[in-house]
Amino acid sequence: MGDVLGIVAKRLGLGLLTLLIISALIFIAVELLPGDIAQAVLGQGATESNLAAKRAELGLNDPAPVRYLRWLGGAVTGDFGVSLVSSESVTEAITPRFKNTLFLALYAAAIAVPIAIGLGVLVALFRNSLFDRVANVLTLTSISSPEFFLGYILILYFSVNTGWFPSIAKVDPDMGMAERLERTFLPALTLVLVVVAHMMRMTRAAIINLLASPYIEMARLKGTPAWKVIVKHALPNSWAPIINVVALNLAYLITGVVLVEVVFVYPGIGQLLVDSVSKRDFPIVQACCLIFAATFILLNLAADIGSILTNPRLRHPK
Amino acid sequence: MEALESWMPLLTTLGKGALVIAAAVVVSIIFKALLVAVLPGEGAKVMRTAPLTASFGLFIILVYALAGIFAPWIAPYGEAEIVSTSFAPPDENLILGADQLGRDMFSRVIFGARNTVGIALLATSLAFLMGAVAGLIAATRGGWMDQVLGRSADVIMSIPSLIFSLLLLSIFGSSMFVLIIIIAIIYAPRVFRLTRAVAGDVVVMDYIEAARLRGEGLWYLIRKEILPNSKAPLIAEFGLEFCFVFLLIAGLSFLGLGIQPPTADWGSMVRDNATLISFGEITPLIPAAAISLLTVAVNFVVDWMLYRSSGLKE
Repeated sequence: MGDVLGIVAKRLGLGLLTLLIISALIFIAVELLPGDIAQAVLGQGATESNLAAKRAELGLNDPAPVRYLRWLGGAVTGDFGVSLVSSESVTEAITPRFKNTLFLALYAAAIAVPIAIGLGVLVALFRNSLFDRVANVLTLTSISSPEFFLGYILILYFSVNTGWFPSIAKVDPDMGMAERLERTFLPALTLVLVVVAHMMRMTRAAIINLLASPYIEMARLKGTPAWKVIVKHALPNSWAPIINVVALNLAYLITGVVLVEVVFVYPGIGQLLVDSVSKRDFPIVQACCLIFAATFILLNLAADIGSILTNPRLRHPK
Repeated sequence: MEALESWMPLLTTLGKGALVIAAAVVVSIIFKALLVAVLPGEGAKVMRTAPLTASFGLFIILVYALAGIFAPWIAPYGEAEIVSTSFAPPDENLILGADQLGRDMFSRVIFGARNTVGIALLATSLAFLMGAVAGLIAATRGGWMDQVLGRSADVIMSIPSLIFSLLLLSIFGSSMFVLIIIIAIIYAPRVFRLTRAVAGDVVVMDYIEAARLRGEGLWYLIRKEILPNSKAPLIAEFGLEFCFVFLLIAGLSFLGLGIQPPTADWGSMVRDNATLISFGEITPLIPAAAISLLTVAVNFVVDWMLYRSSGLKE
């Protein structure tokens, strides 16, 4: 067991290192910005003394490595500085929105994961049947559509034409759970459509891969009933690929959520990021990017660790 | 009765959808027969065994290519030409009506085939060139070069592509040149990894050893020995990569950070005309549908090519 802990610790360390490199990249990217941030905040008409005061206030007179360490130290303790546009605390602007985004992603995942895995196993079992081919074409279409296309189609049919659900996902903190679930149903459904398609295809590939292995053939040749082959022989070995598929697709949700939030005007972190990019509000952009990247790395890490834990063979790398 | 009425729009759409699918099947059968008849020897043989989805994909790609190349001759108006009032309804001059500034929707959809697809193709080609060259060098040279390139690819791939491109666009601004470079950098690592893996398998072959002993240079090895033997997966990857790049550009343009006005582009057209959707109009969805249709078509063709090259019979 100590063996496993060692591997997990190693992976965690590697993930942290990647995150550190990314944080440096994010910082350097903003450093590369032509011109002076103080000038950008105050505009062209600012006097020299005002600029100097602003530079001192933002701590721009220190050398870049010092500022990087200060920024990183702040980020680790949950302080991302102040917004250039509104002068509010970035952390305060992000926290409620981050909760909303998390809610939406979890809502979508809760619907998508069971459906995708169930359907994925089914199409793998009935592969090359008509059912499989239709599912193949449908999932491919869903994957190939931009999220905003699916979102607007859902708005058109389930909101404008039928009036079943609201087209704008407006939520506030003291809203009841049922109402919140109803208001966010369409954005969640959009994410579900995309993620289910991805997840189903990956589950199908993983299961088919598994069913082609020699021990499954052996079990079949022995005359084991089909359901028993699946439950006793295939399933224990399919946890690793399935965990992988789930984690990878949850990571995919993170980018999908940006477009969906914009379509449904949902007050999440993705929309904040897009707004801040067009306003060039760098502290918020940096913070959002770091949060997205950290979540992405964390989920990929979870996929790695999950497959190591469920597959003893991976514990002894060659 | 009331319940039935609220279901009606959905049912009529499903009916229309069935008609569209039937039409697509007929078109693909005809197009396949046409290709079999027109193409010389080998091509006809390949097409005869192609699934319907593949011939449908080829047909759509051909239509888009024609629309893109001959856009100025097909479109009745220019892409930035204001010909009517804003949001004018369709009539005999404007097939799809006018957009938010009174420009002809139909002409802009046609020009979008040139702009959006053109930029995606350019970005994909650049990503491919960078990734493939780096991958080939890493596979043939090995050593520290391989390590440096590999680790850089790891870092780029561990940031979600949409987020990374938003970060870079916020810094460098969204001009077409910057957009293409940024997307090429973000997607090059995928190509790099594939090329390195494929070429890595080829590099250890005896005929490479023989060529090395003959005293052939690196460039000769790459061009004459490795590339011809890793062609199939690379072409399929180009198709897949194009889909990713195309969807990313569409997404960025939809967010208002990709291709900038007045260039006609499908992503930003959806964004600009989205208000029409709340009046039950489907016109803003047409450019979005154009994006999905091309992506589906390319995916169909790539699926078929992968199936053929891998000899996967399961």
